[in-house]
Amino acid sequence: MAMKPVSVTGAYQTAFGTFADKGIRGLTVEAIHGALADAKVEPGEVEAFYLGNFAGPSFVGQNHLAPYIAAAAGFAGIPATRFEAACASSGSAFFHAVQAVAAGVYQTVVVAGVEVMTTQTTPVVAEILAAAGDAQTEGAAGVTFPAVFAMIARRHMHQFGTTREQMAAVAVKNHANGTKNPKAHMKKAITIEQALAGKPVADPLTVYDCSLVSDGAAAVVITSNPGAVRVRGIAQASDHVALQDKADITTFRANRLAAAKAYSMAGVSARDILIAELHDCFTIAEIVAMEDLGFCERGQGGPYAISGATCANGERPVNLSGGLKSKGHPVGATGVAQIVALKHFLESRNAPLGLAQNLGGSGATSVVTILERVH
Amino acid sequence: MTGVVYTSTVVAAAEPYQVAIVDLDNGGRATVRLEGPLARIGQRVEFIEERNGVPYYRFA
Repeated sequence: MAMKPVSVTGAYQTAFGTFADKGIRGLTVEAIHGALADAKVEPGEVEAFYLGNFAGPSFVGQNHLAPYIAAAAGFAGIPATRFEAACASSGSAFFHAVQAVAAGVYQTVVVAGVEVMTTQTTPVVAEILAAAGDAQTEGAAGVTFPAVFAMIARRHMHQFGTTREQMAAVAVKNHANGTKNPKAHMKKAITIEQALAGKPVADPLTVYDCSLVSDGAAAVVITSNPGAVRVRGIAQASDHVALQDKADITTFRANRLAAAKAYSMAGVSARDILIAELHDCFTIAEIVAMEDLGFCERGQGGPYAISGATCANGERPVNLSGGLKSKGHPVGATGVAQIVALKHFLESRNAPLGLAQNLGGSGATSVVTILERVH
Repeated sequence: MTGVVYTSTVVAAAEPYQVAIVDLDNGGRATVRLEGPLARIGQRVEFIEERNGVPYYRFA
């Protein structure tokens, strides 16, 4: 069956931060209406609604979210479905929406992502997020998400000589980029000394190695009608949930599988990717992602991060939006927010190709998307 | 049961604690609570007991 080209014709992200008062439905509807206005599409033209959300039932006590939001957005009646894949929930929703439009099932659909997290105290947030790991072996032992990525970081440091300074360089860069993003949660530049002296969270991670707890939503309109930004390659892959079941925790197999498929579909390789939005839920995650995506050799993510190559004026800017570290990480919104940011930077920087990588949990889901700006 | 530390971290909580992934001598890996200060990777450890379904280890 011939697959149709799929374009992203509308995109919108709400401000990320402390916005629980707007409600999970209010935030998402704001994002949807922003994306529809950007695409010049009426709610009545939308044929299906795909929602990414990790833990609405736990954070705000609301389930059955997709029709709840679809009706308020003005398109009750159409199929409305929620996708859950931990922090890759809306990346997964986007992947499945693109499949349906490419297959010709629908012409125009809306994909949104949302999370409202600040309704809960930090220990409760940690407990809800930990449920994205293996509850039986990891949750019971007290393996929080910072602990997961701390253990990954220690192993990466042990095998490759990665340093805390190299991880801090990721935080410094993403905070610098965030100061230029009016929608970012934390618009504050930091120094490498501040990052290294941050409050310890889990050895070797400090608070500056960790992304933010945020509220926010993002939405895109995708269509088989021609548009200026086209999905050139996209893939989703999976892996074991528990760290102990992965052969090697210094790489995410799902990243490598999704990247290989997305590059193949797009007919490009890593060296063609000139800007990227990567899943920096922790600084080490950006380092591992750059290796998994082939931006640098395996084990060289640390030196690459501190080289300046990925800064805003470097050869391959990564996380111009500020990333999860500074823009914020309302987990269910992140995958679509990356698409919103990537589309914006492809257009504003006149770049031909860009990549977004959305990771779920400790790598049990990865979604890699390659967008192309069409002339 | 004995093994070596594949990786570990000390979580900064009100009462800090260490979690580790252990390469077991008889094959496989286990996610455990490890008593004592931050372990070296490769450090030898041994099983103490299970508490509420969680395996506790110490330095061997």
